[in-house]
Amino acid sequence: MARAVTSQRKALNTVVAWSIGLLIFFPILWTILTSFKSEAEAIANPPVFMFFDWTLENYSVVLERSNYMRFLTNSVIIAGGSTLLGVLIAVPAAWSMAFVPSRRTKDILLWMLSTKMLPAVGVLYPIYLLCIRLGVLDNRAALVVILMLINLPIIVWMLYTYFREIPGEILEAARMDGATLKDEILYVLTPMAIPGIASTLLLNFILAWNEAFWTLNLTSVDAAPLTAFIASYSSPEGLFFAKLSAASTMAIAPILILGWFSQKQLVRGLTFGAVK
Amino acid sequence: MGRIQLKQVKKAFGDVVVIPPLDLEIVDGEFVVFVGPSGCGKSTLLRLIAGLEDTTSGVIEIDGEDATALPPAKRRLAMVFQSYALYPHMTVRKNIAFPLRMAKMDQAEQDRRIEAAAKALNLTDYLHRRPGQLSGGQRQRVAIGRAIVREPAAFLFDEPLSNLDAALRVGMRMEISELHKKLKTTMVYVTHDQVEAMTMADKIVVLQAGVIEQVGSPLDLYHTPRNKFVAGFIGSPRMNLVEGTEAAKHNATTIGVRPEHIDISTTEGLWQGTVGVAEHLGSDTFLHVHGVPGCDPVTVRIAGDVALNHGDTVHLTPRADQIHKFDAQGLRIS
Ligand SMILES: Nc1ncnc2c1ncn2[C@@H]1O[C@H](COP(=O)(O)OP(=O)(O)OP(=O)(O)O)[C@@H](O)[C@H]1O
Ligand SMILES: [Mg+2]
Repeated sequence: MARAVTSQRKALNTVVAWSIGLLIFFPILWTILTSFKSEAEAIANPPVFMFFDWTLENYSVVLERSNYMRFLTNSVIIAGGSTLLGVLIAVPAAWSMAFVPSRRTKDILLWMLSTKMLPAVGVLYPIYLLCIRLGVLDNRAALVVILMLINLPIIVWMLYTYFREIPGEILEAARMDGATLKDEILYVLTPMAIPGIASTLLLNFILAWNEAFWTLNLTSVDAAPLTAFIASYSSPEGLFFAKLSAASTMAIAPILILGWFSQKQLVRGLTFGAVK
Repeated sequence: MGRIQLKQVKKAFGDVVVIPPLDLEIVDGEFVVFVGPSGCGKSTLLRLIAGLEDTTSGVIEIDGEDATALPPAKRRLAMVFQSYALYPHMTVRKNIAFPLRMAKMDQAEQDRRIEAAAKALNLTDYLHRRPGQLSGGQRQRVAIGRAIVREPAAFLFDEPLSNLDAALRVGMRMEISELHKKLKTTMVYVTHDQVEAMTMADKIVVLQAGVIEQVGSPLDLYHTPRNKFVAGFIGSPRMNLVEGTEAAKHNATTIGVRPEHIDISTTEGLWQGTVGVAEHLGSDTFLHVHGVPGCDPVTVRIAGDVALNHGDTVHLTPRADQIHKFDAQGLRIS
């Protein structure tokens, strides 16, 4: 009985977990609270926590001043498009790495992941020039492709770890049963990997949604997503903390809600299949 | 039809040659069993036939047609895996239907075949279940059902019973044998259980390190093993292999006598020894006798129960007409 968990112990765990959770969540909570304050209250010293005049003024100003829906649409298209495209490309790639590995498969995986270790700004210049040359600066399709490429290593790596858990004999059985490669991936592999694919989709949607470096540098108006929407309120002159907070809240709200409803999948995704 | 011919088929993984060039003919309708010690290449050979592994060189013909380069799906062979390899996300019905769906068979015919297979395999009540909700024996039956609905040219089995408990194994062994009698389709069956091999096979292929040691009917192998390896491998308990002066008396390097071909007496006999372990099974008694020169221990099988135990002195006499003689290379001297 050495490992028995007493109820006291459980309560303690709960308290600690909630404390850490709240600590991490605090900046977001603060942002949300600030979005309901007046500009003066937002910078009040000492700061006010809950007891201020709640107002929706910031939201109406922000909605009036910028076209939230356009930014939102761009975010959905860019994050969704790049994620879907990425998974379409990554499924066959991960299939081959997991089920017909060569001697170099491990090296290739590591090399792919190593591209994530390069600071993005290192390739900003060439990519920026490329976009100009191709005439795709501030273009949604271009951003879909670029963000897809940025996140592809992670998508492949995640799918690879999920696929590795699937016994190869089942795929061989499908082959014996007359399945073509397409049938095998479509009717056997994919349905078996649905939980893994779902968490991969989700995690990458969030990564793409939050991606700010490329979206800020490669867009101006037409393709600008919510990250640009937030950035437009962080001006060095003037005090617009409350409005900035309102814009931020509006930008993160969709993803926050999505994350809330898919916690389970997310945890699985973030632990890279280590937890079953 | 299901005639399979291997011509100089070789398989190497990298530099490691697992199967040196090998010839084998499997006649249509035959039940062929591959046996051999672990790691000898039984599964590899079966997977070569299935098309799940590429041959390094050589030709595989199915019904006279070169199938060496055909993908598994095109070889008209069905395989039953040791792990069953059922599709966990599909119901039993969908599992069995999968090969028919891949063949784009019309729905009515699919249903007819599934019902027939389910009835034959006692699966009718389980068609709506997932594999996860079945016992090991039932899963095995689903795997067989999935194989038979296609009416393949031949069935390939890779140790299909090794995950089942002993009682179930005997039952399934009979079911597969009966299935073969009924369907008369070629079956290639891999096992390391020589009882399975002896009871099910029309023809046994004994493999060692990727080399075919002997091909023959179970009783051929039992009565006239071609070499020492086959002699020791086929039969249970193992044949006693005696070397030295006793063998020299027969002008051989080694002589072999099966445990059931040794007469025992407490008073007189050719060899004298002491009982080490005595195994009383009721139907039979196995004695492991120490002290016979050139073979230790000598195993003796006596029908029925005999009152001999550890420490008893016994005299053994091999039956003269049941002695197998082998030369220095281990080959049979006839
Ligand atoms: N993919 C592979 N790569 C390298 N070597 C392999 C591979 N598959 C099998 N081998 C080797 O080939 C040899 C034969 O393997 P195989 O699985 O055919 O043996 P087996 O007779 O089926 O054994 P068992 O009774 O244990 O199943 C073994 O030495 C094994 O290590
Ligand atoms: Mg094997």
